[in-house]
Amino acid sequence: MTRKLLTLISLLAITALTLAACGTSATPAATEAPPPTTAPQPTAEEPAAQPTEAPTAVPPPAPVTLTIGFTSSLTGSQEVSSKRQVNGLNLWMQQINDAGGLVLADGTVVTFAAQTYDDESTKERVQELYTRLITEDNADFLISPYSSGLTAAAAIIAEQNGKIMITAGAAEDDAYKQGYANIFQLYTPGSLYLISTVDMLKKLDPEAKVAIVHESDKFSTSVVSGLKPYLESQGFEIVLEEGYASDTADFGPVINKLVESGATVLLGGGHYPDGSTFARQIYERKVGLKFVSLLVAPADSKFPELGDAALGVATSSQWELKATHTEEEAAGLGIEWFGPGGADFAAAYEAAYGDKPTYHAAGGYVAGMVLQKAMLDAGSTDPEKVKAALDAMNIFTFYGGIQFDTTPEAHGLQISHQMVVAQWQKDAEGKLVRQVIWPADVATADPLYPVPAP
Amino acid sequence: MQQLSLLLTSLPDGILLGFVYGLAAMGLTLIWGVMNVINLSHGPIIALGMFGTFFLFIRLGLNPYFGLFVIALLGLLLGILIYAAAVHRVINAPHLSSLLATFSVNMIIIGLGTAIFTTSPYNVDFNMGSFQIGSVTLLGTRLIAALVAILYTGALYLFLYKTRPGKYIRAVANNRAAAELMGIPSTRILALSFGLGTMLAAVSGALIATFFPFNILSGGSYELKSFVIGVLGGLGNPIGALLGGLILGILEGIIPAFMETSWVPAIEFALFVAILLVRPTGLFGAKR
Repeated sequence: MTRKLLTLISLLAITALTLAACGTSATPAATEAPPPTTAPQPTAEEPAAQPTEAPTAVPPPAPVTLTIGFTSSLTGSQEVSSKRQVNGLNLWMQQINDAGGLVLADGTVVTFAAQTYDDESTKERVQELYTRLITEDNADFLISPYSSGLTAAAAIIAEQNGKIMITAGAAEDDAYKQGYANIFQLYTPGSLYLISTVDMLKKLDPEAKVAIVHESDKFSTSVVSGLKPYLESQGFEIVLEEGYASDTADFGPVINKLVESGATVLLGGGHYPDGSTFARQIYERKVGLKFVSLLVAPADSKFPELGDAALGVATSSQWELKATHTEEEAAGLGIEWFGPGGADFAAAYEAAYGDKPTYHAAGGYVAGMVLQKAMLDAGSTDPEKVKAALDAMNIFTFYGGIQFDTTPEAHGLQISHQMVVAQWQKDAEGKLVRQVIWPADVATADPLYPVPAP
Repeated sequence: MQQLSLLLTSLPDGILLGFVYGLAAMGLTLIWGVMNVINLSHGPIIALGMFGTFFLFIRLGLNPYFGLFVIALLGLLLGILIYAAAVHRVINAPHLSSLLATFSVNMIIIGLGTAIFTTSPYNVDFNMGSFQIGSVTLLGTRLIAALVAILYTGALYLFLYKTRPGKYIRAVANNRAAAELMGIPSTRILALSFGLGTMLAAVSGALIATFFPFNILSGGSYELKSFVIGVLGGLGNPIGALLGGLILGILEGIIPAFMETSWVPAIEFALFVAILLVRPTGLFGAKR
């Protein structure tokens, strides 16, 4: 009986191993990059090779429609910022298509079609959907989902399938240090996120006692990994370092720790839901900090819904309309300018969505622009040529500088873009407005420091 | 010394919050105690209570605490409706059937809620000030929420022990067949019990909305807490649920004094497993 059972188990194990082996060998074929959806393009030689009755002009290349694949978080924790990023990307796509498409050097007219799904802000859905975008929807190029965690999940799929992916809302550094060759980052890396804020603090209050309280996720942890050594190098005392779970609703215990630590400045936060909750509870408990800088949440136009709790809260911003980059700035730096001005972008965005663009929206728009510029430089939609153009890219847009690290250690990491510090202040009418307070040369207002007690 | 001081400042917060957690758990445990149904739509109902406060306060300008009466009534009616539509037919079926039925209701509410409200965070900008006692800051909204939770617990106790329908509920919970033989209309009593359970969930959600932002998915974490509290206090024991809520609130207050806040859920659920293994009837004993 036992022998029969053992034989049966052995047979089952052998069958399972055989099937697994077949599955492994079949996987690359199944996930192999699909043939491009582009229509066949005539080359210069083709007309000569074909018999023609009379010499005629070379026919223009057939128009091409490229599929841009991406997921958006229509639901879940990343919804607010993700929707803005997707709005920006869709605006870029619509503008290109409305203008009749992108005309490449060989005359090919390229238009774009979006293929998108709701990733529900979960990594599992992201991996499933990016696989689907590549293998079933035959997406030609990919744009990342919003947030570092989701992008890290999507990057694996894009890289496995050799698809170029421009990452918009994804600052964490590690994803670009995995040896990937097809992932290109738009945001300033997380480890540099709060550098400008620390520089500003150094000038305002070098004796500040700093508490770092952050969401325990990929992005915020990556920000802290760069922030902590920089704070120490600048001589600041870090009196508290604390992580909290992404779904934290009660910040009471954290705030009590903050008070006990004697901190005068708080740097941290994570994303919109936790950041807005944290800001509100700091205000309610009258913590009396001199300065509060939180990641992501205060950069959103929904943030003033907190009322007076928003006053004085600062954030590191990838882009602010009030300090938008200009063609003159690019000329001064000797870098090629590309794309519309910030005011034009903002006007178009507001006309389309009835809301002022945040840096998330600008990021989505510029992700499309980067792809556009790479195709123009490559004179082709061929992924290899586009990739080479991305590697060689060094441009300046309304969003700032864009250049990618091309070393094998950190391929695709953003090395040109810089951040500004913005703070919610009250204007003459008592209305909350987001002012740029650092760097000083682009500041639209002085920093509110210390923030008035509630 | 610093930790002791931190403990003292965090403890009152934990206790106040614990009463509200207890109120939420009471709804879950009442339904389990009376009809042996684990109500997986508990979380979304808590979230609906939150939206109730939002719309009554922001849209109609009704004070959130007056709004509680409206929300309680709507919660009761919603519970009776859910019972009639999804639970009644499977009440005598194996547990899996009622579990799936309430899970379906959970998915329907979340689906509709997501379509209507999206999952963006909502915020009730309502402030009752704060009270400073030494180094301890007590938020007015939490203090009132705790008082309301205690009032509801007292009212539930009086209802169950001093009124005829309450006695019917206890009779049905003890032995439904015997109760029916005594002429108690068990179907109506079961529907009322389910309604009371959802009413408590909705009221706890309405109270939570006065101090935390929320969206349609926010009820999920309170549902999980309700399970932990239910196990702590003994499933089916509403008063045990309040005490379980207090224990959980206190833990949430004191754990961060000794370790990172992100450890709180890990310790809570370790406790959940430990209680299940060591004392499955809960610290205060399951009551039938």
